[in-house]
Amino acid sequence: MSAPLSPVPEWTHKDLVSIEALSPAEITGILDTAAAFKQVGTREIKKVPALRGKTLVNFFVEASTRTRTSFELAAYRLSADVVNISASGSSLAKGETLKDTAKNLEALHADMIVLRHSSAGASQFLAERLQASVINAGDGAHEHPTQALLDTFTIREKLGRVAGLNVVIVGDILFSRVARSNIHALLKLGAKVTLAGPSTLVPRAFESLGVTVTHDLDAAIGDADVINLLRIQHERQRKEYFPSLGEYTALFGLTKARAQRLKPEALIMHPGPINRGVEIDSDIADSDRSVILDQVTNGLAVRMAVLYLCAGARKPL
Amino acid sequence: MTATRIRNGRIIDPANGRDELADLLLIDGRVADPNTALPPETRVETIDATGKVVAPGLIDLHVHFREPGQSAKETIATGSRAAAAGGFTSVVCMPNTSPAVDSPSVVTWILEKAKAEACINVFCTGAITKGLAGEELAPIGSMHKAGIVALTDDGRCVQNHEVMRRALEYARMFGLTVMDHCQDYHLVGKGVMHEGIVSTALGLPGWPAVGEEIIVQRNALLAELCDTPIHCQHLSSGGSVRILKEARSRGIKLSGEVCPHHIALTDESIRSFDTNFKMNPPLRTQRDIDQLIEGVADGTLTVLASDHAPHCSYEKEVEFDLAPFGILGLETELGLFLDILLHKKRALSLSRLIAMLTVEPARLLGIDRGTLSVGAHADVTILDPDLEWTVDKESSASRSRNTPFHGWELKGRAIRTVVAGKTVWSL
Repeated sequence: MSAPLSPVPEWTHKDLVSIEALSPAEITGILDTAAAFKQVGTREIKKVPALRGKTLVNFFVEASTRTRTSFELAAYRLSADVVNISASGSSLAKGETLKDTAKNLEALHADMIVLRHSSAGASQFLAERLQASVINAGDGAHEHPTQALLDTFTIREKLGRVAGLNVVIVGDILFSRVARSNIHALLKLGAKVTLAGPSTLVPRAFESLGVTVTHDLDAAIGDADVINLLRIQHERQRKEYFPSLGEYTALFGLTKARAQRLKPEALIMHPGPINRGVEIDSDIADSDRSVILDQVTNGLAVRMAVLYLCAGARKPL
Repeated sequence: MTATRIRNGRIIDPANGRDELADLLLIDGRVADPNTALPPETRVETIDATGKVVAPGLIDLHVHFREPGQSAKETIATGSRAAAAGGFTSVVCMPNTSPAVDSPSVVTWILEKAKAEACINVFCTGAITKGLAGEELAPIGSMHKAGIVALTDDGRCVQNHEVMRRALEYARMFGLTVMDHCQDYHLVGKGVMHEGIVSTALGLPGWPAVGEEIIVQRNALLAELCDTPIHCQHLSSGGSVRILKEARSRGIKLSGEVCPHHIALTDESIRSFDTNFKMNPPLRTQRDIDQLIEGVADGTLTVLASDHAPHCSYEKEVEFDLAPFGILGLETELGLFLDILLHKKRALSLSRLIAMLTVEPARLLGIDRGTLSVGAHADVTILDPDLEWTVDKESSASRSRNTPFHGWELKGRAIRTVVAGKTVWSL
């Protein structure tokens, strides 16, 4: 590879299970590696041979389109062989345990397993039991490390730094793995984090992580360098947490009026999929200040970096 | 005639206020006057208990032996051997088997099986409601005739206060104590660990302390209304202790038990996502531990129990929120209580600790065990409160291995278990 891949000498993890377990230097190392891979994506020939001969299994026990596709493309660009498995198509649906299914994948010489699962801790559970690398693509409400990495990558790319910035994360924090991973990544890189949302979904217990909790978005928005809007779900099980989407939008939606009060250079982010007109006004989502699609593009580079580093750290069988 | 003489031990018999160096004589399954003249041909087994403590056989009023229906986890035979290895001569089984203990035929089946296969005394509880569903009363009178010693829906909690009230009124007719697993289903929801800082960090669904406390308070009100005892099982929260203390100070017949894991471990353990730290009610905070131990020290909590809950390794080795609740208890129980309550925290005397494992549960349920009075059943536990040992799950007599205490170094344990005058286990 001709891209100037800066080595991450301290990178020794075969797995990426959480941001919480990473040092600031390791996070920066991933972001630097991702920057090099992003260059590769702009070339005529986008493929590098880094993972040629390796087999990656996209094991998505919980449904996902964006993240699965992003990991799949990242693996292809690194020349890995890729297999996709979903819960309904797997033997989990027949009652096999997660451990047994994963052991079977390993018996087929899978080198890397990208796991999306509805249970917090599922990736750590597998990482402790497999020789293969395990990459957490979201475990319950626990962590979604690559989302936080692509978010911090985007912030660093657009604003030139992360340290010292005011980042406001808005929405359903209690049930959000994106929020938890972002909190860890941002704090480790020196940003100030404010969580905003209904008191039912942003309990004070989050302050123990070192963030500020507010239920008044209007008071917090003026100082924000970045506002990250999480997808709000009301259709399934949240009816005792807030009364209606309309009331949510009135209190916590990024309406045009609120967007006016943002600093001119402030970034508007969203991990997707967006509910237009709910957590974000439709025009604002499409505006120049929105970096939502940059996040998606950067996700590819970040995932290439993660796969590349973890594969390199894995001991040969 | 068969006789056993346990010589020169420190006899601690809280029911009689005894704590003295003496011999204990057991004849034909009963405690005898040590000066009884034995016919010359009598075969006397002699056990030297010099430097050891001789106590009434310990009682655990909260175990799950899983039969009928879940014998891959535990059986009455293996569970009773684990009990004996922990120093217990009597246990009280919970009714959440498959089928549940909600009919006299299941009660009879368990008691017959225990008679044939158990090396200790196995007592049986009956369900409060049919199928533990919390809706209709189980045939309490028929189960009483079949031999149950208490009522509980353990594993489940009667949510309908009217059903609970009528169950208390009905149980009173038979003198049966109602025991309750205190859990409000709406407040607890899908909670799998204590709701607090750790659950917030891990993103695991929280089981708030108030989900227990609100039912403890409900039970205080109903016990007062019906003037009938309610025993609150496996209390985990400091708030529950406060409610219990206030109720007891007003003469309400409310009691509570505490389990070793709830005073040995906090929710911090779950940061590893190890399912051997998953129990119901969940591990809480150091503050809760302090308040539970204070409740033991001031007499608010009167019973120590294990909630021995075996599960197969393959059932436990799954994602945290999918794993079943519960851990083994019987073989580590006495060691943990001695180590924590007696040695480390000095929360109570050895005599009081033994009382909470003998005469207190016996009186609560009205069973004729838990004392060394002349004429009592010859159930005896000999223990060495200062013996240092290491927990090894692989040496467990249980069918299961789900303990978070593997490798722990503890001070104090049972060294011999005697049931009806016969040694059923010794170290």
